[in-house]
Amino acid sequence: MAESMKDKIAVIGMGCSQVGELWNMDADDLIVDATYKALADAGVELKNIEAAWVGVATSCATGASISSPLQLQYIPVTRVENACATGTEAIRNAAFSVIAKVYDLVLVVGYEKLKDSGFGGLGRGGVEKPHPVYGDGQAVGRGPGHYALTATRYFHRYGLGPEEGKGLLAKISVKSHYNGFRNPSAHLRREVSLDTVINAPIISWPLGLYDCCGVTDGAAAAIICRTEDVKTYAQNHKNDYITIKGIGISIGPGWGKQSMEYDFTHWEETERATAQAYKMAGITDPRRELDLAEVHDCFSISELIVYESAGYCEKGKAKDYINGGAFIQADQPRLRGLLGDKEDEPLPMEGQLPVNISGGLKSFGHPVGASGCRELYEIYTQIQGKAELPSRQLKTPKLGMTHNQGGHPGKFMCSSLIAGLPE
Amino acid sequence: MVGITSYGAYIPLYRLSRDEISRAWSRPNAGGEKAVANVDEDSITMAVEAVIDCLTGMDRELIDGLYLATTTAPYKEKLCASIVAVAADLRKEQFFAADFTSSVRAGTMAMKASIDAIKGGSAKKVIVAASDRRVPAPNSEFEPLFGDSAAAFVFGDSDVAVNIEGNYSISSEFMDIWRRDGDKFPRTWEDRFVLEEGYQKLLQQAVSGLMNKYSLTPKDFTKAIFYAPTARSHAAMARSLGFDAKTQVQDPMFATVGNTGTAFVPMMLVAALEEAKPGDKLLLANYGDGADCYILVVTEQIENIRDRRGIKRHLASKSILPNYEKYILFRDLMEWEFERRPPAASSLSWIWRDRAQVYRLHGQKCRRCGWVQFPRQRVCINCQAKDDFEDVSIADKKGNLFTFTHDERAMVPILPEIMCEIDFGDGLRLYCPMTDRDPEKVEIGMSVEMTFRNIHEGADAHNYFWVCRPIRC
Repeated sequence: MAESMKDKIAVIGMGCSQVGELWNMDADDLIVDATYKALADAGVELKNIEAAWVGVATSCATGASISSPLQLQYIPVTRVENACATGTEAIRNAAFSVIAKVYDLVLVVGYEKLKDSGFGGLGRGGVEKPHPVYGDGQAVGRGPGHYALTATRYFHRYGLGPEEGKGLLAKISVKSHYNGFRNPSAHLRREVSLDTVINAPIISWPLGLYDCCGVTDGAAAAIICRTEDVKTYAQNHKNDYITIKGIGISIGPGWGKQSMEYDFTHWEETERATAQAYKMAGITDPRRELDLAEVHDCFSISELIVYESAGYCEKGKAKDYINGGAFIQADQPRLRGLLGDKEDEPLPMEGQLPVNISGGLKSFGHPVGASGCRELYEIYTQIQGKAELPSRQLKTPKLGMTHNQGGHPGKFMCSSLIAGLPE
Repeated sequence: MVGITSYGAYIPLYRLSRDEISRAWSRPNAGGEKAVANVDEDSITMAVEAVIDCLTGMDRELIDGLYLATTTAPYKEKLCASIVAVAADLRKEQFFAADFTSSVRAGTMAMKASIDAIKGGSAKKVIVAASDRRVPAPNSEFEPLFGDSAAAFVFGDSDVAVNIEGNYSISSEFMDIWRRDGDKFPRTWEDRFVLEEGYQKLLQQAVSGLMNKYSLTPKDFTKAIFYAPTARSHAAMARSLGFDAKTQVQDPMFATVGNTGTAFVPMMLVAALEEAKPGDKLLLANYGDGADCYILVVTEQIENIRDRRGIKRHLASKSILPNYEKYILFRDLMEWEFERRPPAASSLSWIWRDRAQVYRLHGQKCRRCGWVQFPRQRVCINCQAKDDFEDVSIADKKGNLFTFTHDERAMVPILPEIMCEIDFGDGLRLYCPMTDRDPEKVEIGMSVEMTFRNIHEGADAHNYFWVCRPIRC
């Protein structure tokens, strides 16, 4: 039996670039900003980095995409790609190299520069080269459509009428925008009301504009070493570093759209990837054991089904948990009001797990290759108690998880990472 | 004796009321409506529909050749009949396919060639499809007149439902309607010259030639099926030829479909055969750069080929375009500013590799577990057996809608694009768009069928593939 990687790897410095529609910044700017912030945070000099991993999802990049802007001097640099799981994939491979003691101190960078295409949405293709006729060959940015198929089916399966279903999804987006509004780093900083979300223009029915995440430029970087070496390398965080408790990656066989077996109401790869991560981390009741979760909410329905597939609640029960306030902080009267609840009544559901306190992909933004690293940055910052504004700082969180799923329902590349204070 | 052994037809779902054309251009209103092909339909796809209708209940392996008649071949250079043949899942070996083009008379020209091939012994059964989607110039005399449709017949020498008992043809050089290479719209000359010197004289001459050759008079025929450019000239021709307008003249469908070019007279023949009784004698007279006349006699066999969508069922199944502007969108008659998106892309070598899937819509069935899957796999998605499949046709299967979305941002002219997951049984599920649909009526569980369509123009070529639609009729 292979060993768990729990607590073997320490994250000793992290940085996140500005994110958003950054017309005046290119990939090099994002990479340099994120990396230098991480180096400064760790107190590490770039020349001491022995190897680097870079995650970027949508362009034909190589290791040179970071070695050139950073002027890395002939060290090994590996580019990885696994759709939206790319950022976590970069962390995972870098972690393996350190656990194997091939290197002691390595850099991880995830980045994406999307806003040079001249059109909204993502570019053509996606997971793999689409078939010229029966693939989504011409379907530029069909992400909303793919997820909308699952929303239609989820509503049907669980007897939610169109209004009830859209209203339920809207609560997720209202929550994420509320969180993102309070995060100075987020891309789409605006509170929205339930009515705004429900009545927004339809992108791919039943998903409207506010059910869809932003298309975002950004980068995030991490400096990692073995936990046993923290005192050697971590100049600034000798005591408040975090460790990786577990990482799960699941790549499905991809037949969901081609087989009557798939129900379109659960994320199989998320179940598998989170199960791997929970097992390494020793988690059995994620909603109660985790203090925060950053999950893949490229679309509102994605987050709703993640609640069920990541085991935060039972299948088909997300509605009860959303309405019970299970995924918001307990004391947020303004958010309760936005969600249409009585502001001063206690939440009906016990055991809150705040999800996407950063704003999530929805409001913080989704720089694809960076998102896994960026989510870890939120966990890292919250555990260190260094959220930019006190209003969005959770009270003494100790354990968090990230989650990303790329591709589309029926064919996911899914990653999940658990990180927290060292034991 | 050689004759027609099967017939079929296709009329697009959409119709444009002539009120709308009249409104748009402040022109006199001829009344009625015309059939309008959807944006993803052309002469090839409509021919495929008619051919498949025509092949109802027939063994496709027995067809030896296919002739496609059209003046609107989607390719100027490159055979179109071969695309129709492969989409209809016809044989590959010992098969011939050819296009008959450039004249609205091409349908009866192809008929003659197929009859001659069978008589000459080079084929036992040949299918002839006539299909046209002519685009008239906006605000022209042709605009309210032209409709889109297709018809198909199998010719053979056994199980004959309609015997060919005589024919008479005239070839003539006469400029009445033409398109030069590069002309988008048909052109014509002064209408009285075209009608009086061309159509009226030539068609009468040919019909007289046939009557004299076989010593027949108009009274000998049950029905007369003949070409005419307009409803008015059709009525005048009936009088000139001496047929009783009430009992002997086949309705030319100007009020419901329009003049459908090469498909026009073949469609009237299908409509006539739907009503015909054994023993009926029909006159078929086609016009265009000359004329072709046939004597057709219906046999008892006609009763065995009734179960078709043909004209009647297709006519009854329709959706009226809300306005003329929608028609302009359908026929791409204006320049549009689409959203800024990358241009359509394709790969012709890739399509060629997957030709059985793309054109025939063949899936594969695992010999170990029976699971049917599309697209093709090397390893079974259900039991992981490797390379142990047999081809199965999906094109003729009906499915149920498992889930769907209305994509309002798709790169297609008609929004929303309705993307669907369709369950066919035996494990098979297909992801594809739905065409010819009313978005309001799309719901989980509805029945759908597959239809061959022209879906995009990547690689500067027509990219054909199968999409679903609600069961048509």
